[in-house]
Amino acid sequence: MAPILDIKNLYKSYGATEILKDINVAIEPGDFLVLVGPSGCGKSTLLNCIAGLEPISGGSIDIGGQDMTDVSPKDRNIAMVFQSYALYPTMTVAKNITFGMKVRGVDQATQAAKLAEVSAQLQIEPLLNRRPGQLSGGQRQRVAMGRALVRDPKLFLFDEPLSNLDAKLRVEMRTEIKKLHQNLGASMVYVTHDQIEAMTLATKIVVMKDGIIQQIGTPSEIYNHPENLFVADFMGSPAMNLIPARTQKKDGGTQIEIASATGKPLLLTDTTHRNLPDDVIIGLRPEDIAEAGYRSGQNVQTAHCMIDVVEPAGADTFVVSHLGGKEVTARLHAETTACAGQPLEFAFDLGKVSYFEPNTGERLN
Amino acid sequence: MTDQAFPTAPRRSRNVPLSKIALRWGLYLILCVFALYYLMPLFVMLTTSLKSIEEIRSGSLVALPRDITFDAWATAWSGACTGIQCEGLRPYFWNSVLIAVPAVILSTGIGALNGYVVAQWRFRGANLFFSLMLFGCFIPFQVVLLPMARVLGLMGIAGTIPGLIFVHVIYGIGFTTLFFRNYYVSIPSELVKAAKVDGAGFFRILWSIFLPLSLPIIVVTVIWQFTQIWNDFLFGVSFSQAGTQPVTVALNNIVNSTTGIKEYNVDMAAAIIAALPTLLVYVVAGKYFIRGLTAGSVKG
Repeated sequence: MAPILDIKNLYKSYGATEILKDINVAIEPGDFLVLVGPSGCGKSTLLNCIAGLEPISGGSIDIGGQDMTDVSPKDRNIAMVFQSYALYPTMTVAKNITFGMKVRGVDQATQAAKLAEVSAQLQIEPLLNRRPGQLSGGQRQRVAMGRALVRDPKLFLFDEPLSNLDAKLRVEMRTEIKKLHQNLGASMVYVTHDQIEAMTLATKIVVMKDGIIQQIGTPSEIYNHPENLFVADFMGSPAMNLIPARTQKKDGGTQIEIASATGKPLLLTDTTHRNLPDDVIIGLRPEDIAEAGYRSGQNVQTAHCMIDVVEPAGADTFVVSHLGGKEVTARLHAETTACAGQPLEFAFDLGKVSYFEPNTGERLN
Repeated sequence: MTDQAFPTAPRRSRNVPLSKIALRWGLYLILCVFALYYLMPLFVMLTTSLKSIEEIRSGSLVALPRDITFDAWATAWSGACTGIQCEGLRPYFWNSVLIAVPAVILSTGIGALNGYVVAQWRFRGANLFFSLMLFGCFIPFQVVLLPMARVLGLMGIAGTIPGLIFVHVIYGIGFTTLFFRNYYVSIPSELVKAAKVDGAGFFRILWSIFLPLSLPIIVVTVIWQFTQIWNDFLFGVSFSQAGTQPVTVALNNIVNSTTGIKEYNVDMAAAIIAALPTLLVYVVAGKYFIRGLTAGSVKG
């Protein structure tokens, strides 16, 4: 299938400052692409470029197989939901939703039919005669989605649509957007700084930093095989443990030596990875460090560590200890008997380990 | 804690110390004195305009009229002499209306358009453009007199009512742009983006989205511009000729060109007539004026 959105060698600069550098992304019809990154990484600018609200400095944007690089937003066959919802304050909900059709000269009967269909779908019929000012945050969000849905576009664009909602509503609306995506089978591009939103919604994630794409992949690829230290650190909560270590070739694998607070280094043996440089940073997710006996596998190694802090979180208990000069978080089962100030035997799942070059930050394995 | 606060609240108000009450009444007294002080001239104008000329000469300045007569008002409106013509204020009053109404509408409209562009359609040099416009607000009238006279001459509208409209529109754009720009700058730019995606163009967005939001600032601008233009004397006296003078110039002519007995009652009536429209605008739209001035700060 031809890609629904194809961005090639996109550059964007304001004067001498380059905001986006050599962006190449393509998505298939039905994909849910999430652009994620810290503030100022250029993800919203990229979305505005896709929408045609910002002119680009180089490269091309194809939407639905057509070159849309210099086409105005209204002719790109897109719909967009904004962070502030951007509802027209003096118009009723119904007028907000039909405004686009009215501007395009769609006849009254079609407008009414579309409005009825979308408002039923989003369950906003009782609100149609209200003004945006009389709606709650969640309701405004729905109306903003309704305005996008009536367009029936090739591509939906979302610019941090949930960031103005409180935590509970955010989770609800997240599920709702996911359902919407599944029901419509529509193609969506979604900007967020929230990596959990990215993981839960996306079929494809683009991690950005300083206007450069760090990694493109499925949520699982991004989570399990981060391409560099930035992606490893940014995605996942609590963040991946990134521990400086020294390696040594050994019979049957590599010996990893991690400085420990007790003075006696912690030694692990990785039997699968060879040819690593002497100095590496090893990346292990908190859930890949368990209490000994609770994790088995081909490449699980155990070692004793001193526990600094125990943080019960209900479903899990997080345990913080100190390794290689860094705080290391392990996600243990809820009933663990670990207590602060005591040593505990941990099981390190080296089957899940990521190795990074300390200077360039690139992935090694 | 909050439950206890309610029963104690009324008791506390009954026990207000005497000094506080005295202070409050003292404050009212001072305010009343100032109010009277400011109303005094209006009172004198009004009473004098209702007296006959004999009564003015014999009576006190602040005394109430013994016999109320509207003769002075009638004379001021349609009989008082400005130089050789004795038509009263009426033709000049209409001149002022013919100048002020189009000038207010045009300058408000252009201000809305300018403010919309400067606030929401940022272009290279938009800040410099806006600064220059602001600078226009602070150029004293006297500075533009001679260049403006030349421009009006070149345009062939010197001494005409369209000429005066032109002058007031040009001079007002700085202020009206400032008002609308400051109002529109508080409106999120995502609104424009959403409308663009919806397919609306530059003027459609202004008309359908921004203008319906603008009532408070339109009222402020209209009051401001109307007052400025109606009360203007310098442009009126400089760029008019016989027959196109605004009411302020005619008022001056009535007061200054009478010979013989000074008809104070006619002068006073004429002054009130000349001031009436601006007074009326404040009375009718005053509350919108206050609301509009503070509108940006309480946006939800």
